[in-house]
Formats: sequence, C-alpha cells, structure tokens
Amino acid sequence: MNKGGALLAYVTRLGDNALVLGQRMVELVAAYPELEEELANANFALDYIGQARMFYTYAGELEGKGRGEDDFAFLRDENEFRNFLLLEQPNGHFGDSIAKLVLFEVFYLAQLEAMTKCADTRVAEIAARAEKEIRYHLRHNTQWLVRLGDGTEESHGRVQQSVDDLWRYTGEMFTADEVDTIIEKAYEGPNLESIRERWQADIEAILINATLTWPEDAWMAAGGKAGRHSEHLGYMIAEMQYLQRTHPGANW
Amino acid sequence: MSDNEWPLYEVFIRSKSGLSHRHAGSIHAADDQMALDAARDTYTRRSEGVSIWVVRSSQIVASDPAETAAFFEPAEDKIYRHPTFYDMPDGVENL
Repeated sequence: MNKGGALLAYVTRLGDNALVLGQRMVELVAAYPELEEELANANFALDYIGQARMFYTYAGELEGKGRGEDDFAFLRDENEFRNFLLLEQPNGHFGDSIAKLVLFEVFYLAQLEAMTKCADTRVAEIAARAEKEIRYHLRHNTQWLVRLGDGTEESHGRVQQSVDDLWRYTGEMFTADEVDTIIEKAYEGPNLESIRERWQADIEAILINATLTWPEDAWMAAGGKAGRHSEHLGYMIAEMQYLQRTHPGANW
Repeated sequence: MSDNEWPLYEVFIRSKSGLSHRHAGSIHAADDQMALDAARDTYTRRSEGVSIWVVRSSQIVASDPAETAAFFEPAEDKIYRHPTFYDMPDGVENL
C-alpha cells in the first residue's frame, strides 16, 4: 500500500467509526428516561455525525473519483465499513452505552490528540476540532460510569457486566495494521502502543473511581478494521441506508 | 419520568465576559456535576454562554409574593433615589 492509499483508508476508517457510533446513538433519540440526558445524547450523536461528514468529505477529495460524504455513508456495503467492532454492538441498556462510550472515547481522545500533530494538515485540523467535542463527551460519560459503578448494588453489578461484556472488543483498537503503521511513519501519526499504555492507565483510574474491577484479559475479537464485522452491523446499515437505496439521490 | 424525580436546579448563564449571569431556566439532575453538564447541553447549544452557575432551587431564598407591597412599593415614591436626572451618553448599552 502506498502513502496516499493509506491516508485514504485511514480517513475513511475514522469516518466509519464516527458514523457507526453516531448512528447507534441516534437509535436512542427519544428513548431516554430523562429529558436532560436525552438532549446530551442527541448532542453527542450529532457531534459524531458531524465528524463523520468531515472525514468522508476529505476521503472523497483524496480518492478523487467524485464521491461525496453521502456516497461513503449510504452507498457502501457492510464489508467496506472499517469501524471497530466495539462501536457496532447493539445499545443494550444505559450502562452498556456508557461503558461502550468510555472504553472508546478514552482511546479516541488520545488518538485525536496525536492526530493534531499529524503531517497532513487537513487531518490535524479535523482532529483539533473533534478533540474538544470528545473531551467533553468523555467528561460526561466518565461521570456516569462512576455514578453507576459507585451507585447502588444493582447499578454496580449491571455496569460491571457491561464492562466485562464489551472488554473483548477493546483489543482491536490497539492492534496496528499496515494502514496504522504507514500513518505513523509517513505522516507522524498516532503510535498505537503509547496510546494503549495511556488507555490502560486512564481506564484503570476510572474503574477504581467507579469501584469496578478490571476485567480478566482473555480472548480479544478483531476484524472490524479489515471489514469483517459482527452480525449486528448489517442490520444497522440496512436501516441507515434504506432511504438512499430506495430513492437514489433523494434530497430535501 | 421516574416517580423519584431528581432535584431541581436553577441555571444562570453569563452570555459574554463583562456581563453578569442571568437566569436561563431550570433542569433536573441527581448531583451538582450532572446539573452543570445538563445546563451546558440544554442552554448553551447555540453559543449562548461563556460561564454557567447552577444552584439547587431549594437553596434559593426568595421574597414572598404576598409581601410585594411592603417589600417594593416604598421605593417607588422616592424618585430622588433614581438616577433619572442624568443624561445618558450615547453608545452606552450596559448601564
């Protein structure tokens, strides 16, 4: 893979992560038990959709075949999406959503911080903007994880189960493939090993605060970054793409 | 909504540096940090503020509407307390 191809793949993957997580959060719109959290979730979902748009638009320009953000979001098949398996997992209950967000956003914030020093200025600019959004998300979601973990016996037990269940999807984030390696070497991009160290330290501190236990390290699932997904992504994408597939080019 | 509603908080927002905080509305939250987050997400989505205060509604001591006459009317007939005899310079907006 050449340098340009790696950048295109990397930017597309970032868009996929943001879109798939954003779509999962959109599924929860109008389903929250409290108005204030409802607004927070919708705001956060829109932040992710906005980030996906920036990444996809840039991917379209890098590719140079005239594809725009909508083509990337709505006219690609499941195996062309390169998002983390973690992000496509169904929402489950509130504790599952919070655990998923904290596990991902501690990684994502570190990734974005590193990307602000990327040699590709456009990537650095998008990262600088997204970093501020994610810093706030993480603050909000970390507080919730601590509240649930250090809350009642029931909330503690349920959110510990959420962390345990999602743990197997976290390994993939730190496994560098060819794209990650080229981005790091040729574009001064993130080093996944140092992000892993920081992630482990930050997550450990959060879990201690939340009186939760570090899950046993066991088998880790992988494949999202290579387009091999769990059975959940297909359904999600089918719903998300329905309108554009049924009425190609629909607009308002 | 659950039967056990979260406590009510009043939200005060400073729209830009130099102005004072103004009451923006109220939100429900289980604790102070959650109140601050909820206020941010509810009232500053369209760049309305640079600073937020939240306070439990139950902590606010308010004047009694029944005592309005005794509280406020005595000031109304003392015009010498009002700075109405000065000319306002043009261009002063926040006095």
